[in-house]
Amino acid sequence: MADIQLKDLVKSYGPTEVLHHIEGDIKDGEFIVIVGPSGCGKSTLLRMVAGLESVTSGEIAIGGRRVNELEPSARDIAMVFQNYALYPHMSVRQNMAYGLKIRKLPKDEINRRVEEAAEILEIKQYLDRKPRQLSGGQRQRVAMGRAIVRDPQVFLFDEPLSNLDAKLRVQMRLEIRKLQQRLGVTSIYVTHDQVEAMTLGDRLMVLNGGYVEQFGTPIELYDRPASVFVAGFIGSPSMNFLPVEISTGHATLPGGGLLPVAAAHSGAATLGLRPEHLKEDENGPLAIEVDMLEQLGASTLIHGRLHGTGHSITASVPGHAHDGIGSIRRFSAAPELTHLFDTVSGKRLAV
Amino acid sequence: MLKRVHFPTSALPYLLVAPQILITLVFFIWPASQAMYQSFLIEDAFGLGTEFVWFENFQILATDHHYLASFQRTAVFSVLVAALSMGFALILAGFAQRVVRGAMFYRTMLIWPYAVAPVLAGALWVFMFNPTLGIFPYFLEFAGITWNHYLNGTQAMALVILAAAWKQVAYNFLFYLAAMQSIPNSVIEAAAIDGAGPARRFWTIIFPLISPTTFFLLVINMVYAFFETFGIIHAVTQGGPGTSTTILVYKVFNDGFVGLDLGGSAAQSVVLMVLVIAMTVVQFRFVERKVAY
Repeated sequence: MADIQLKDLVKSYGPTEVLHHIEGDIKDGEFIVIVGPSGCGKSTLLRMVAGLESVTSGEIAIGGRRVNELEPSARDIAMVFQNYALYPHMSVRQNMAYGLKIRKLPKDEINRRVEEAAEILEIKQYLDRKPRQLSGGQRQRVAMGRAIVRDPQVFLFDEPLSNLDAKLRVQMRLEIRKLQQRLGVTSIYVTHDQVEAMTLGDRLMVLNGGYVEQFGTPIELYDRPASVFVAGFIGSPSMNFLPVEISTGHATLPGGGLLPVAAAHSGAATLGLRPEHLKEDENGPLAIEVDMLEQLGASTLIHGRLHGTGHSITASVPGHAHDGIGSIRRFSAAPELTHLFDTVSGKRLAV
Repeated sequence: MLKRVHFPTSALPYLLVAPQILITLVFFIWPASQAMYQSFLIEDAFGLGTEFVWFENFQILATDHHYLASFQRTAVFSVLVAALSMGFALILAGFAQRVVRGAMFYRTMLIWPYAVAPVLAGALWVFMFNPTLGIFPYFLEFAGITWNHYLNGTQAMALVILAAAWKQVAYNFLFYLAAMQSIPNSVIEAAAIDGAGPARRFWTIIFPLISPTTFFLLVINMVYAFFETFGIIHAVTQGGPGTSTTILVYKVFNDGFVGLDLGGSAAQSVVLMVLVIAMTVVQFRFVERKVAY
């Protein structure tokens, strides 16, 4: 077990810089999720920690030891790949024992560890099967098993659940979390799925275009997103954004309504409102012309446009809602639940 | 049971396959059946008298120690050609995978020998190893080896093996490279993280995963060594010195067209035909067992 430090980390392919001065301090035993849209460099960052990609400049330290120049095998890490990367010609047992054999562990020790891991992951009955005879979920477990038998300092997960169906994904997500808490191994987990990120991570690193947008706990990211990007990325359905004029604690909405906000700022800004924070209110300043209803059972999503403008807006209301398409419904939002961002930089404006 | 789809019958499908069937009949089936028929005949050298003798030609072959020696020679020749060319191709493909800069150039250059006709390949090697003019005998002299494949049967054999293997390296290389590239990168990376060095990764991961290709190439190379090396042997040694490089296919030619023993030669080619059919059957039986990723 170890802590990980990323210091001023840069990755370039030729003249193109893809990761820009990444800083990050990961504590021992922490579960970090790197999240971002495709192409943001999150897998590259993980592969740099693994040693599968070279470091252009900066430093990666695992357990206080600089590992930039170390081979992957010398970094004492284990990685779970998106396509599992099981050795197709080996049985499950051989797959899990491969790394241990290379380290020349005694046979009974190897057997003990493999059996133990198989026990934890409930794959004991498949030990003598080949990977192709297993289902996606079982292969996933084998890949995890191969990682935990090694008893490494760090676990790296590269979108390990993206090839599973929705139900299994939720189940495996919980199991990964439980397993990590039980083993207490420092873990870095890459995903593009923000729900996965929110539920798994002790802390989330949001990457966008090779920059760290924000690095914090899921609740910090949800409550105080540092930028428009984070605000839009975290939370589902995603946040509504409206261009507003701020003056004396009020935001003038595009349609003309006045919404009280918690801001000392004045002038143009981008207002962020989470759909679940919009409350139905007959006298509310937000008039939404309903285009479509999405029934989720426990709640209903109302998709529409701010009345009189083209700005689309989504509100989430509890319970069922029927018909009303084309009608106008009014909403308000509590000032402390509004977010304001700079119109140019997209950064959060201090209250 | 799958439901069959019924199309209205028409002459079109038959027309479409007709050219292929025609070619097969004229150039394969007919000569093969002629060879079969010939193998039951004994003809005098001038073509004046022919006698139908059933299996006498085969009986003669079975007791002919020249023929049996040629069989043995062919076995040695083909095993060595296959092993050498596949071994080299495997090494080259392994390295080609790691080449980053100029990969295209390197690969193209490696594929070229395949485009050289066998007789020309043979001619090249004859020049290089000519005992009086060749560059290699000159160098070998320094190592204290006197090279003369016109006199030394073992050296002659070594030379034709080299030439035949060299020509086949390109073909094997292509297949090995394709097979290696079809292995997902992440599997290799997983092995690297598991602590396996390049050599270990090669022998425990890559080599087992390309074994279907190895098996396929083994059959192809054996067939190549059995039949397609005729041109090389004809250009380099003409089966000599003595009979030291007369492999089966060269003996077929020699006995038939030089010795004018058409019946015996036909019987030999029928034996070869049976061998190659057997190899093809083996290939079809086993090559389907692919590795799933």
